[in-house]
Amino acid sequence: MLLLTCPHCGVSAEETEFHPGGEAHLKRFGPGASDDAFAGYMFERANPRGVHFERWRHVFGCGKWFHLARCTASLEVFGAYPADVTAPPEEILAKIRARRPGWEPAPAAKPAAKPEGDA
Amino acid sequence: MADQMTGGAMRWARVAGRGMIGLRLDLGDAALAGAVTGAAGVPLPAPRRIETAGARRLAWMSPDELLLFLPAEEVPAMLEAIRAGFGDGFAMAVDLSEARALFRLEGPGAREALAKAAPVDLHPDAFGPGDFRRTRLGQVAAAFAQVGEAPETFELVCFRSLAEHMATWLDTAGAPGAFPGVFARA
Amino acid sequence: MARRLPDRGRLIDRARPAPFRWNGRALSGFEGDTLASALLANGEVLMGRSFKYHRPRGAVASGAEEPNALAAIGAGAGAVPNTRATTQPLRTGLEAASQNHWPSLEMDVGELNAFAAPLFPAGFYYKTFIHPRQAWKHLFEPVIRNAAGLGRAPDGPDPDRYEYFYATYDVLVAGGGTSGLAAALAAGAAGARVLVVEQSGWWGGRAATDGVTIDGRPAADWAADAVARLSDMPNVTLRLNAQAAGVYDHGYALVAEQAPRPAGASGLRERLWRVRARRIVAATGAIERPLAFAGNDRPGVMLASAVRDYLDLWGVACGERTVLAANNDDGYRTALALNAAGLEVPAILDARDAPAGPLVEAARAAGILIRSGMGVMRALGRKQVSGVEIGRIDGSGRAEDRIACDCVAMAGGWSPVVHLWSHCGGKLLWDDGEALFRPDPDRPPLSHDGAGFVIAAGTAAGRLQAPTAMADAHAAGLRAVEGLGEPVSPSPIPAASPVADAEAEGDLRPVWTSPARMPPKLASKAFLDFQNDVKVADVQLAAREGYESVEHAKRYTTLGMATDQGKTSNIAGLAILAEARGAAIPEVGTTTFRPPYTPLTLGALAGEARGPLFKPVRKTPMDAWHDRHGAHWEPVADWRRPYAFLRDGERVKDAVTREIVTVRERVGMMDASTLGKLLVKGPDAGRFLDLLYTNMMSSLKPGKCRYGLMCTEQGFLFDDGVAARLSEDAFLVHTTTGGADRVHAWMEEWLQTEWWDLKVHVANLTEQYAQIAVAGPKARAVLEKLGGMALDGAALPFLGWAEGELAGIPARVYRISFSGELSFELAVPAGRGQEMWDKVAEAGAEFGIAPYGTEAMHVLRAEKGFIMIGDETDGTVTPLDLGLGWAVSKKKTDFIGKRGMERSDLVRPDRLRLVGLETEDPAEVIPDGAHALEDLREDGRARTAGHVTSTYWSPTLGRSIAMALLERGPERIGEVVRMSNGADAPIPAKIVSPVFFDPDGERQNG
Repeated sequence: MLLLTCPHCGVSAEETEFHPGGEAHLKRFGPGASDDAFAGYMFERANPRGVHFERWRHVFGCGKWFHLARCTASLEVFGAYPADVTAPPEEILAKIRARRPGWEPAPAAKPAAKPEGDA
Repeated sequence: MADQMTGGAMRWARVAGRGMIGLRLDLGDAALAGAVTGAAGVPLPAPRRIETAGARRLAWMSPDELLLFLPAEEVPAMLEAIRAGFGDGFAMAVDLSEARALFRLEGPGAREALAKAAPVDLHPDAFGPGDFRRTRLGQVAAAFAQVGEAPETFELVCFRSLAEHMATWLDTAGAPGAFPGVFARA
Repeated sequence: MARRLPDRGRLIDRARPAPFRWNGRALSGFEGDTLASALLANGEVLMGRSFKYHRPRGAVASGAEEPNALAAIGAGAGAVPNTRATTQPLRTGLEAASQNHWPSLEMDVGELNAFAAPLFPAGFYYKTFIHPRQAWKHLFEPVIRNAAGLGRAPDGPDPDRYEYFYATYDVLVAGGGTSGLAAALAAGAAGARVLVVEQSGWWGGRAATDGVTIDGRPAADWAADAVARLSDMPNVTLRLNAQAAGVYDHGYALVAEQAPRPAGASGLRERLWRVRARRIVAATGAIERPLAFAGNDRPGVMLASAVRDYLDLWGVACGERTVLAANNDDGYRTALALNAAGLEVPAILDARDAPAGPLVEAARAAGILIRSGMGVMRALGRKQVSGVEIGRIDGSGRAEDRIACDCVAMAGGWSPVVHLWSHCGGKLLWDDGEALFRPDPDRPPLSHDGAGFVIAAGTAAGRLQAPTAMADAHAAGLRAVEGLGEPVSPSPIPAASPVADAEAEGDLRPVWTSPARMPPKLASKAFLDFQNDVKVADVQLAAREGYESVEHAKRYTTLGMATDQGKTSNIAGLAILAEARGAAIPEVGTTTFRPPYTPLTLGALAGEARGPLFKPVRKTPMDAWHDRHGAHWEPVADWRRPYAFLRDGERVKDAVTREIVTVRERVGMMDASTLGKLLVKGPDAGRFLDLLYTNMMSSLKPGKCRYGLMCTEQGFLFDDGVAARLSEDAFLVHTTTGGADRVHAWMEEWLQTEWWDLKVHVANLTEQYAQIAVAGPKARAVLEKLGGMALDGAALPFLGWAEGELAGIPARVYRISFSGELSFELAVPAGRGQEMWDKVAEAGAEFGIAPYGTEAMHVLRAEKGFIMIGDETDGTVTPLDLGLGWAVSKKKTDFIGKRGMERSDLVRPDRLRLVGLETEDPAEVIPDGAHALEDLREDGRARTAGHVTSTYWSPTLGRSIAMALLERGPERIGEVVRMSNGADAPIPAKIVSPVFFDPDGERQNG
């Protein structure tokens, strides 16, 4: 049972106060997008063994969504940050690199990268 | 050593006549926050805290949400005053008095009763007077605050529709002689 | 025979006898006894029957690892089956019974299995009961089911209470032996918040029994002093009878605390602590291993440590003449203790060729015969061991001698209890020197911060000798606090490491069977897993048949799969598998350790969530009225709503019909308070709702309402309802009853994670208002009688709303209809809902008003062809499928689901689409969910071309009606389809429009 800290209200609480929301930083593809781009947005998920960026909501608490950088293998939590960003902040990336030397974000999670596929 | 399975005592009652106003605003916006604190006469609470002034309490719900407790009869005028203070600002004040049920828990077992259902560190060092926590009690969403020290007193809010459930739970959790007796030692 | 000695017994209070009943017979023990020690004290060595062969069994151990002595405790509804007699505290009046036998413990018909034992090798069930197929159902399964199962579940509801307790600590110390106490002292003195839990009813573990001295004092004295010091620390909590049962992610642990006495006035039997600890010190000790020899399961064959526990803790001799079979020095302590108590030890059989060292010398000095290189070849006797045949450990198994005895003590070395370390992924190391798996400190389970959060201490860390164990435990306590990374107390008091002293021990000889190379005849009677009756031969067979993976071998043989999870059998099983494969033990590896350490009761897991607290039920402000007026309830989401209001002697079906007729002909009233009511407010509210709904909401004028649909991003419909525009910047969005929380969360999700630049606030006002639907031709007449608001068609047209006072109660009145009748919904403050309800009922009396429930509402809407979320939708249905294209905007450039609906599969012409069905026989109602059968073949199989989504008897039309999703449905109006009807002949039904009644919608205008 994970122990998570909500970056909005500062509460450290067990997993049962939160609701998971799947992979973070997906770019929404709406009307006009190609089938591939839309399918990628809807269905394709990284599901890595290792560092993962994911969405959580503090549903039994302040009600806010946030993002979490977590290792899916060891369950280490590298950090949490608000959900109103399109890419992980540098300080979170630095924390991950400090604990996972040599790790680099997958292209989709890079701050600079823009997803392809818009028709 | 004291009997490990028993100890403590808790009384509870449903509190009537208390109004609630839900407030959504950028708490960092001095003008908007001032509209609330000015009208209510209660200071702005810090995160996870509740402030009390007379018969009114102001609780921190989230970075952009407050909950004002006040005598029910004051609600219409207070809503008007706060809304006037908000002016054209992006903020919302809404009457939630009827949407929620309020309970008062009192006595040496109150803290431990809450700890039977809330996944929260309720040790006195971790949760004390003026602390406010939104969480769950068993299967239902709830929020509570410590509002008194001697005897220890807590106020608890949940959805109105769950008031009967909450009453049943309070009777169960507060049954005489069934307290862990952990916090009492501290 | 086993008996109570006049002296010894540190845990019992001889001044307080405790009479109890065993299988109905009156026996007596003392306060402080366990059930097992009291039974042994009464000469009751036989305590149960094994699971598979129903062989007679006695206690093997003295603690939580006991595989055999499982008893049913208590009687009636409060009985608990499968309780280990070795951990069950004895108390006056305790009723206990043995299990797994019929008709009695002494004479068991099931023991026939034992004579047939050679017929039951590993995998017997898989291999035997395959053919003939029919025999499985009618013969094998009933017989096996009858014989299977462990214990009996009690019949009635459990009369006792259970609860959870959430607690947060810096350090959880699991185990109250001397190691746990030393660790707790170190951590507690540093100021950390420490919880120390001990599964048994006493502190200090087994150090005192083993003759250890600590800081120059007997271990028992040191432990008592340590407990006193810990009790004085306000930051330390001590709990006996509380077992750390499981360790989970990020320092979460379950601790099961038992009431030491009967539940009593509080009625509380167990408390399940849900502990969050920053560090967990696993000071869980070690478990002694049995030796595998033929007949080692005979009652009276016990672990050497258990024999000396019974002697020292409870003053019980397990036998008059005890033969010790050992592969190490520690076992000698038992021989010495028995000898000192004046009990006979005819021989020590030591697997080693040249045992030496202080303990061995002490045994020699005491005049005990040591036969080195020897072991038990076979235990004799049936319901109790009567002697042993002994032979060379490295020989063929031939018996060279026979020794009469009534107890055999097995000393096979010790296995650290690594369960808590391993539950959450801590890795193990094979220690060749000590022949044991111990925690690998470099590979602990990791917490959220990446630090190891479990620290093994003392014997549990593989430090079997007291001096190193104590030093290790003290260091573990300090490490637990250091690991917290911040000073936990402003003025920590350094605690000195306790210094322990005990006799030095020589090396163990890693031999697990006796003889070391076991001939098949002996291997088939040498037990490894006592509870599941797994023998050495079974593991050897599994290896021969190719089950090389330890996980496969475990499942094939069931080794370690009983309720004791193989606590005593693991290592020997692994060793035998390793030998059969010609591999080393670490290559074979261990199976996975899973929580809980010992079984938890269902009561403890359920806690308070039972009876009325099992599932929270949400109630509307008028709930009590409904209950008094014949409500037949149905659950809708978490609410309970009246399905129908039954009058005296009325059947549910008839009440529904009456309610429908009332609405169509006169006027009905319904509690609609459960409908979701979300306030959406802010300068961007209209823009936001345009994105959420498939239709346009921003064009709605204040004072008006509009029906709208919400889709998922995939284009599937998930909620519907009426939105009312309250002002330029505010809408009140109505959702389905079940959708209120979901839609609220949906809105927050999009506002917070995608469109965070939109200035919109959402508040859930569902419970702020009670809502009453008043529907029927006389609806306006009833409300006009209440007075206060103009409700005529001009003042309040269809799909309008107005605010004012009705009967003196502030109200918002919506002119909306889900029945097709003239209809109003009144929203009033929840606290005044009952008052308004009463006034409407009173005003409506002269018009014949009656309350109606959810089923009447369902039929009324189905007659009108209105869809119901959850009936006509199932997560794969689009608005277009339901003929709701008119509510899907073509003008808007974007809304959630717009792109999804454009996908090729969602515009396929042969999609299932909504139609109505009319049976050829109007009296016949199609079963719910019936399939449209096409290409029907002679064998009865068919292709489904769709299915029924709603089906009712319509009193309004005097015939059955149904709605269905059918391939190309609307193109096939007039066709007759055959609808499945269980085993009966399909029902022919004509495809019609789904709007059965008042297709022009004239009635809602009144």
